[in-house]
Amino acid sequence: MEIKQTRSNLIMNTATMAYRNLLKTVHNPDRFMDVIIQPVMFMMLFGYLFGGAIAGGVKAYLPTIVPGILIQTMLSAATGSGAQIREDLDSGVFDRFKSLPMAHIAPLAGQLFADSLRLLIATITSLTTGYLMGWRPDVGFQWIIVIALLAIFMGWAISWVFALFGLLAKSATMVQSISMMGMMMLSFLSNAFIPIHTLPKFMQVLANLNPITFVITAIRQILANGAWTSESLIVLAFGIGIVVVFAPLTVWAYNHNN
Amino acid sequence: MNQDYAVQVTHLTKKFKDKVAVDDVSFNIYRGEVFGLLGPNGAGKTTTLRMMTTLLKATSGHVTIFGHDVAKESSAARAMFGLTGQYASVDEDISARENLMIFSRLNGLSRAEAKQRTTELLTEFSLLESADKTISDFSGGMRRRLDLAVSLITRPALIFLDEPTTGLDPRTRTQMWETIRKLVAEGSTIVLTTQYLDEADELADRIAVIDHGKLVKIGTPASLKEQVSQSKLSLSVADSNQVTEAKDIVTTHLKSATLIDQTTILAPFDDSNRLTDILMDLRAKQISVSHLSVQEPTLDDVFLNLTAPTHN
Ligand SMILES: Nc1ncnc2c1ncn2[C@@H]1O[C@H](COP(=O)(O)OP(=O)(O)OP(=O)(O)O)[C@@H](O)[C@H]1O
Ligand SMILES: [Mg+2]
Repeated sequence: MEIKQTRSNLIMNTATMAYRNLLKTVHNPDRFMDVIIQPVMFMMLFGYLFGGAIAGGVKAYLPTIVPGILIQTMLSAATGSGAQIREDLDSGVFDRFKSLPMAHIAPLAGQLFADSLRLLIATITSLTTGYLMGWRPDVGFQWIIVIALLAIFMGWAISWVFALFGLLAKSATMVQSISMMGMMMLSFLSNAFIPIHTLPKFMQVLANLNPITFVITAIRQILANGAWTSESLIVLAFGIGIVVVFAPLTVWAYNHNN
Repeated sequence: MNQDYAVQVTHLTKKFKDKVAVDDVSFNIYRGEVFGLLGPNGAGKTTTLRMMTTLLKATSGHVTIFGHDVAKESSAARAMFGLTGQYASVDEDISARENLMIFSRLNGLSRAEAKQRTTELLTEFSLLESADKTISDFSGGMRRRLDLAVSLITRPALIFLDEPTTGLDPRTRTQMWETIRKLVAEGSTIVLTTQYLDEADELADRIAVIDHGKLVKIGTPASLKEQVSQSKLSLSVADSNQVTEAKDIVTTHLKSATLIDQTTILAPFDDSNRLTDILMDLRAKQISVSHLSVQEPTLDDVFLNLTAPTHN
């Protein structure tokens, strides 16, 4: 049998790579555990522990923390991409990918597409947990879909940043620990769990500059008004900006990883 | 560009910061030959192979694969070869079948072709029974076989194998040799690296010995072995009074012999048939032997021999 090679096809290669990453998850479902357990745990802990103190009740606190924990979970799922890529690079499989006559970016792109499934699961878990605890947004269901998609897109955009970090870092352990700290800083030094005006002055400055604050604000506004606000447009543009800047950088780092 | 060459390596050099891992190495590999890169740990074998297979940029020098420069026409070059790296380059978390399917698809095969090729390779490499187990449950030998199977998906005319038998038990190692010989019979050009002289001897048509990044010697196994110190016969007699007599017998058969202590004689040993004669003569003189061994030249001997400064 003569094997003819079709021209390397970016879309097909990426689909194959995404399939590979999904298969890996199917064989190891525990890869999903972090994005399922984390939002449930945080939602319950924060809701029941601080709900009364911060908002005078769980129900009153939910509109604050549901978007907060949603975005925190997106961040944490995005950090997973970096660790996964580092692990792959260290395992020798990437050498094989690189020696194949295929689209160079496919292993990366496949990883990041497969990760959107993680993001989707994280989003569904976060919103469902909120709902079960009594979260009832006033807007129609279509707006829930809109904020879910916005959150997933932002998470996906941020995963390019962590992917770059994964490529540049020395070890998977280092990626994990630094990502973890970054995730903590970004989510707690924002409006995810508390009203910013209760913070000391210098922390207010930081929290107001934190991009996560903008994303969470945009989502809360959509949920409050049932409309696409200018803030949300800025956030969306910001997300696109991250992809435009970091995707080529990541691909470049990937190609120069020798 | 010469049509007879599968690979041409010219003045290839790789520096990692200050360390020169590969130092001005040049050689050509003919179509259809098995070319062995022989060297100890850290010699620069993997680094050379990685540059040849587009995985690593050379600091200077050129590599062409069937006439395609790996730096300038890397995609064309990549389409020409299969690679089995030193460390398992298959996916641990998924099954053998899934690995073959995915790599077939990435190699541009259609779904139907990929399925067919996967079954063919699983059968050929006796992996059909374990096809649906995840690789993490595989033995080292099975992993190696799968790794090789993946490199053969497109039936490449040129195959790179980085230490294909390191870490395998003797039986699995022989199986791997068989597999490699079959590939050769089918007409593939094979470039393999190894730390073992016997493996290079067993498989390779030509061997390049590298050490500290430098090409020390290149030639057929026979021509290399000529340079290597021969095997040595070491013989001890039970009674030290008979040692001179025994030494004379050994000298008659092996041309020279040295006494290294009261009872032990050491002699260069290149003809195994001589051993019977020696033992028969010793028996005739009623000299009893307390210890007898033949020391094969080791890779160390090769390097000592090839890298030692020549005195005359
Ligand atoms: N990425 C790297 N950065 C720095 N030094 C490196 C790198 N890769 C290899 N080296 C060095 O280059 C030298 C040659 O390494 P190489 O892996 O090519 O040896 P090898 O012959 O394959 O050895 P082994 O038999 O152990 O596989 C070694 O001294 C190694 O430490
Ligand atoms: Mg090596």
